[in-house]
Amino acid sequence: MLEINGLVSHYGRIQALKGIDLAIAEGELVALVGANGAGKTTLLRCLSGVQPVTGGGIRFEGADLTRLPAERRVQLGIAQVPEGRQVFGPLSVEDNLRLGAYRRKGPDVAADLDRMYAMFPILKEKRALPAGTLSGGQQQMLAIARALMSHPRLLLLDEPSMGLAPLLVAEIFATIQALKDSGTTIFLVEQNAYAALAIADRGYVLETGTVVMHAAGADLLADQRVKEAYLGI
Amino acid sequence: MFAEFLQYILAGLTSGAIYALAGLGFAIIYNASHVINFAQGEFIMIGGMATSTLVAAGVPLPLAAVLAVLVTMAVGMALEKFAVEPARGAEVVTIIIITIGASIFLRGAAQIIWDKEFHSLPAFSGETPILVLGATLMPQSVWVVAVAMVIIAALWWFFNRTLFGKAMLAVSFNREAAQLMGIGVKKVLLVSFALSALLGAAGGIVMTPITFTNYEAGIMLGLKGFSAAVLGGLGNGMGAIVGGLTVGIAEALAAGYLSSAYKDAIAFVIILFVLFFMPSGLFGKKGTDRV
Repeated sequence: MLEINGLVSHYGRIQALKGIDLAIAEGELVALVGANGAGKTTLLRCLSGVQPVTGGGIRFEGADLTRLPAERRVQLGIAQVPEGRQVFGPLSVEDNLRLGAYRRKGPDVAADLDRMYAMFPILKEKRALPAGTLSGGQQQMLAIARALMSHPRLLLLDEPSMGLAPLLVAEIFATIQALKDSGTTIFLVEQNAYAALAIADRGYVLETGTVVMHAAGADLLADQRVKEAYLGI
Repeated sequence: MFAEFLQYILAGLTSGAIYALAGLGFAIIYNASHVINFAQGEFIMIGGMATSTLVAAGVPLPLAAVLAVLVTMAVGMALEKFAVEPARGAEVVTIIIITIGASIFLRGAAQIIWDKEFHSLPAFSGETPILVLGATLMPQSVWVVAVAMVIIAALWWFFNRTLFGKAMLAVSFNREAAQLMGIGVKKVLLVSFALSALLGAAGGIVMTPITFTNYEAGIMLGLKGFSAAVLGGLGNGMGAIVGGLTVGIAEALAAGYLSSAYKDAIAFVIILFVLFFMPSGLFGKKGTDRV
């Protein structure tokens, strides 16, 4: 479904991605783990079209994405839940969700809202409040629901567990598992390597802009080097 | 005594309504791009000049006004398309300087297309003054305030009740997250220039019967609209309206009680006061960053 070949990206003169090769098949949950500054977020930003690509290419269902503007990628079915949630704080919860469906105005938006409220009842309760007044965990749920409003076929999740209490982390990961079970293809970027690899079909390990390991999620979890570097075991 | 005071207040509200529209124009573009568009005053000038020319050529006033607004919007969009958009990725200050250049260009073009003379329009509904508690109110002032109110209400509806309006707000709150929703930032920028041009042109048309207009009328009006926007807190719609009315009334009172020679200075005294003592304005967000 998604193929990344030799992807290179720069911040000014600093090379953040040094030729990434990565592939995701339909229905898979693929995790990308790595330390701070490894380039995980940069890779997702390249996929969404908000970070310039300086080399290599991205193909989505056979079509070349590399130079496509961000808004067209949403239309093709790629949605991102950005790092730090990035909800529109002064807008209401419901407006945030409606903006998630910006690219496919239609009568079924109301039905999707109901679906999101059924999935995250707390959002229904707070739908008229400014999104900025929600707690961190609630904002994360809103960010996920907002991305789902675009009916993505590929969901990019950037650090969904960051800054959340352990109980909420478990809840977020249960939600991700449920999304995968419903057939959504998911690319999950996490510093919480243990939780991410535990639910992933396959995992990639990123170090300073390069993929250093690639295996099934369970195999990476059992790998001695991964254990030492990322799991603290 | 009171009649005199009321007279100044009415005059202040009239010009304040125009400053409020110009201030809103600044706010809309600032929100979409963090650029201060110093060609805002030229939108006011073009609106008035174009209507005046069309009416002189025999076009009925309502049609002339609509055409002039459309012309101004086209100028605003051309400004965005050919001067601002090619500079995307440049520093905000660079783009602001581009708008200053554009304003000089537009003034020069106006001088060539029209001339250096003052142009006028007949008052929309006669010149019989209305007496209000001893003060006189010109019917055209009622037009100015009414048009401003209708436009402000329409803007409120646009930003609070339409998905595209909310998408424009989303871009101002978080540009990158807005892009991730599939909101086209280029389109938002283009619409923000069109809207600002509409606000300026409408103000310019309704005020021309009172103040007349010429090719450089936009300089002062633009700067006063800017001080309205700064006073209210840049980017805040409510602030621009309150700021505009405040600048207008302060100016009218100063002209009445001090000397009309100081009238134009008031707006600049207000800018300096705001920048020294409350840089974020009346309603603006405090300029703090969370680290």
